[in-house]
Amino acid sequence: MIPAAFNYHRPDTIEGAVKLINEFGDEARVVAGGHSLIPMMKLRMTGLSHLVDLQGIGGLKGISVDGDTITIGAMTTQHELIVHKQLSSRAPIIAEAALQIADPQVRYVGTIGGNVANGDPGNDMPGLMQCLDAIYSLQGPSGQRSVPARTFYEAAYFTEREEDEILTSISFQATGGGYAYEKQKRKIGDYATAAAGVLIEKDGDKCSAASIALTNLADTPIYCEAAVAALVGTALDPGDVGAAVKAAVDASDPSEDNRGPIEFKKHIAGVVIRCAIERAIERA
Amino acid sequence: MNEMIPPKAERSAALKGLGTSRKRVEDARFTQGKGNFIDDLKLPGMLFGDFVRSPYPHAYVKSINTDAALAVPGVVAVLTAADLEPLGLHWMPTLAGDKQMVLADGKVLFQGQEVAFVVASDRYVAADAVELVEVDYEELPALVDPFKAEIKGAPILREDIADNLEGAHGARRHPNHIFTWESGEKEQTEAAIGEAEIVAEEMIYYHRTHPCPLETCGAVASMDKVNGKLTLHGTFQAPHAVRTVASLISGIAEHNIRVISPDIGGGFGNKVGVYPGYVCSIVASIVTGKPVKWIEDRIENLTSTAFARDYWMQGKISATKEGKITGLWCHTTADHGAFDACADPTKFPAGFMNICTGSYDIPTAYLCVDGIYTNKAPGGVAYRCSFRVTEAAYFIERMIEMLAIKLKMDAAELRRINFIKKEQFPYQSALGWEYDSGDYHTAWEKALEAVNYTELRKEQTQRLEDFKAGATRSLMGIGLCHFTEIVGAGPVKNCDILGLGMFDSCEIRIHPTGSAIARLGTISQGQGHATTFAQILASEIGIPADDITLEEGDTDTAPYGLGTYGSRSTPVAGAATAMAGRKIRAKAQMIAAYLLEVHDDDVEWDVDRFAVKGAPERFKTMKEIAFASYSQEIPGVEPGLEAVSYYDPPNMTYPFGAYICVMDINVDTGIADIRTFYALDDCGTRINPMIIEGQVHGGLTEAFAISMGQELAYDDMGNVKTGSLMDFFIPTSWETPNYITDFTTTPSPHHPIGAKGVGESPNVGGVPAFSNAVHDAFRSFGLTQSHMPHDHWRIWKIANDLGLHDK
Ligand SMILES: Cc1cc2nc3c(=O)[nH]c(=O)nc-3n(C[C@H](O)[C@H](O)[C@H](O)COP(=O)(O)OP(=O)(O)OC[C@H]3O[C@@H](n4cnc5c(N)ncnc54)[C@H](O)[C@@H]3O)c2cc1C
Repeated sequence: MIPAAFNYHRPDTIEGAVKLINEFGDEARVVAGGHSLIPMMKLRMTGLSHLVDLQGIGGLKGISVDGDTITIGAMTTQHELIVHKQLSSRAPIIAEAALQIADPQVRYVGTIGGNVANGDPGNDMPGLMQCLDAIYSLQGPSGQRSVPARTFYEAAYFTEREEDEILTSISFQATGGGYAYEKQKRKIGDYATAAAGVLIEKDGDKCSAASIALTNLADTPIYCEAAVAALVGTALDPGDVGAAVKAAVDASDPSEDNRGPIEFKKHIAGVVIRCAIERAIERA
Repeated sequence: MNEMIPPKAERSAALKGLGTSRKRVEDARFTQGKGNFIDDLKLPGMLFGDFVRSPYPHAYVKSINTDAALAVPGVVAVLTAADLEPLGLHWMPTLAGDKQMVLADGKVLFQGQEVAFVVASDRYVAADAVELVEVDYEELPALVDPFKAEIKGAPILREDIADNLEGAHGARRHPNHIFTWESGEKEQTEAAIGEAEIVAEEMIYYHRTHPCPLETCGAVASMDKVNGKLTLHGTFQAPHAVRTVASLISGIAEHNIRVISPDIGGGFGNKVGVYPGYVCSIVASIVTGKPVKWIEDRIENLTSTAFARDYWMQGKISATKEGKITGLWCHTTADHGAFDACADPTKFPAGFMNICTGSYDIPTAYLCVDGIYTNKAPGGVAYRCSFRVTEAAYFIERMIEMLAIKLKMDAAELRRINFIKKEQFPYQSALGWEYDSGDYHTAWEKALEAVNYTELRKEQTQRLEDFKAGATRSLMGIGLCHFTEIVGAGPVKNCDILGLGMFDSCEIRIHPTGSAIARLGTISQGQGHATTFAQILASEIGIPADDITLEEGDTDTAPYGLGTYGSRSTPVAGAATAMAGRKIRAKAQMIAAYLLEVHDDDVEWDVDRFAVKGAPERFKTMKEIAFASYSQEIPGVEPGLEAVSYYDPPNMTYPFGAYICVMDINVDTGIADIRTFYALDDCGTRINPMIIEGQVHGGLTEAFAISMGQELAYDDMGNVKTGSLMDFFIPTSWETPNYITDFTTTPSPHHPIGAKGVGESPNVGGVPAFSNAVHDAFRSFGLTQSHMPHDHWRIWKIANDLGLHDK
């Protein structure tokens, strides 16, 4: 539980940080809240000799709402997501999901940027961001680019982000209609056995728009296109919901771990997804 | 004059003696973060040791190259078995009569086994150097399943004793077999079961888990080469025994060894054993002449220092059609891991598993336990338990449920029919114990009434109908448990550890101004001894508990005792405390009589003083007596006021309890919500009700963890799957249920104050109550037995196997 020696850097600009990780290459990593990275270092599962702390960069923090567009700085903590009033009214699914992450101590320190950049399939924010169709802003030596959350994740711990890029902010459109983030876990502080984020908009009796994404049910988060298709345009009858649940479960690809075997996880996925859809419909 | 003497009740209350919910004196330092735990200790020049551990469950160690590690600046030494061998310390005796490698001697037998010990200037350097020790392993097939230990072609684990057919506990029939231990009447029991009208038979597994104390194990060894004295600070539940063992295995004279247990952050049996870390830090200190600290991290704690349970219990129970039990049979396969390092009294290689007749009047019984070696960490300690009582209680309380199913009878009624009756105590059990006292029926009726049992069953029936009608996906389970514990080991005639009798001790010194210090052979790890033992003494000697300092854990000052585990402190050291107190009082009586100028027999004890019989206004308080004992000549009486008592208990004590758990189980998610947990404990005389409640809450939370999710799991290859708190279930306050506590009081007839011990009861009784509730929820669908822990997926699997999910 003791990490190997490393050098510590604390730049005060994004450019400075980018320069450092560019300079040290794969020997360097940025650290945000450290609540995923430092345990890995203590287990000596990550060997790195330069830690570039982003805490000193003022521009990476904060939540702004511009019309319908919400932008969250990468270094915003999970706690800040929960207590931000405007965010809670314009995209209430964020607080609902953030409250199901770890415990208050972790949330005071863990950041949204670290959570989505980490690439751990157990993290809740990546699935949530796919549900929100969020866009990640990345900054590297050759400038800024945007990548949609729905195409960002390649495999466990592998993402679109280049090693010398920093995720600076996340933006998405405010939500209307119903929402739910449903998670089954073994205890407080545990990653999901299965979790699902659902958004549903209605026009009269019909579902006009929907979004469904899953957490920890494959080695990346899963945006469930077929499940969404099964809902949009329908009256959201039990049969429609059933079809969507089935499509989402079919899209999942969980692996066995101490939480249980695949068959169990698929079953729980079905329960969790159904619950999230039904709750979102109720709120729509 | 009379009105100047405060009333008895007032004087008695001022003592904060027996029965008072006195606030814990320990908490002032603990709640301020001012405790003094082993890792708080920093000695000048102290070095730090860390282990190279085996990644393999079973392998030969072909070679160890320490060059690169030794080259790291700050590394002082790297010890291997080859370095320890000349001292005869590459192996050490275990508490169970086996021996254990201190450092890998040619092979490793479990994942996480200690291979080399790096000693460095600080723990960072040590950890870096650990990575650089090159060990060449030749992997061997691992034996994980104890039922495969004796099949043809099974890997032989202990080549060191493969040809040794006589073990510490009798004959061994195979190199992987440790012992067979029998208790009771085999033929008679098998005949009773053979003839019986009703027989229930089941395999019941109490899975491997770990005590996982908040503070892991650790030590600081300091060898003073000038005076030849070794001081060993560490997380020891039995410091005196550690001193003796350390002396025997190191050859250092016992008077030159001082063992100190500082504040201990929970033990639960994990800190009873002697571990390679202790031995290596001692050797390292001798070699370097500097103090050496060794502290486990969490993964090391879970994977290498003592586990608990892992008993496969095949049971048969028979009864008449009316439900009267006629016999109980049990064969246990005990997975001991790579070395037999159980911490049981010597004559009991399966601990007190033979209390498995529980609270019931069972005419004949037979128990056979086979100890088996596997490629897992050693241990088998009593995790908040008195030597396998938890396994025994789980076994019988599951068997009773199984029998109730066979009889189509309510399980509460079946218990009622079979309880040992109040008038049968002292009761001689079929497996040889003499239960000192009990009143099971009273406790049982009180418990059933408290939870409104009849109504609960009606609600359950209704729920079942709703479930079958598709109106709910939730089932209701009512978990019953009536347990009988056997604690307070124990009478020296049959209880010893490594030949050391399991008595305990207390030494009291009354100071001239009437306050006191008492020292005991036990050591608190959170139980609050400094609070409760002072209360025992306050009632015995009439000095306020607040004026009594209580000290434990320093072998240079405390009287010899066997330590704290197996709920033995109150039954044994608590008794010693009362007895030492009585010696003080006897001397005080002589002094008082002299001061009052009457005959010894003419004074009587009155709460905090001796008064002349019939003339209560003529008295001497303990304070006055104490002062007199130091300040004036009293003919025929030595000066001072001190006493010591070594107490050899005449019998064990038998606390009992009635626990009821009500839970709602979602069959689709496998999530169980504990709605009610009612715990009635009878621990005899209640010393401090608040501490009892705290102990019950803590023990129930452990029981909840064990039954509902906590396990030390190995995969088929022998790799530990639950080596960190990410997967090893420790509930937070969020998951922890609410508890309702209650009590009856049946004092122990042989304990000086009638106390029986309570620390373990909730762990012992809680596990069957939780587990029975899970089983009960599915009883009407035909479930008989499903092994713990009942985590989400295993509960889900019960429902799935019973066809309760649409396909
Ligand atoms: C006990 C415990 C329980 C937890 N439970 C949950 C849970 O239930 N759900 C959940 O979602 N999470 C959980 N977490 C993880 C927690 O939410 C982490 O805080 C989060 O995953 C990472 O955020 P961080 O700021 O701590 O990132 P860090 O640990 O600092 O970094 C994580 C990774 O992301 C990279 N990184 C960080 N920021 C950036 C950036 N701006 N640009 C590029 N790369 C970056 C780092 O280099 C590193 O590789 C838990 C953590 C703990 C300790």
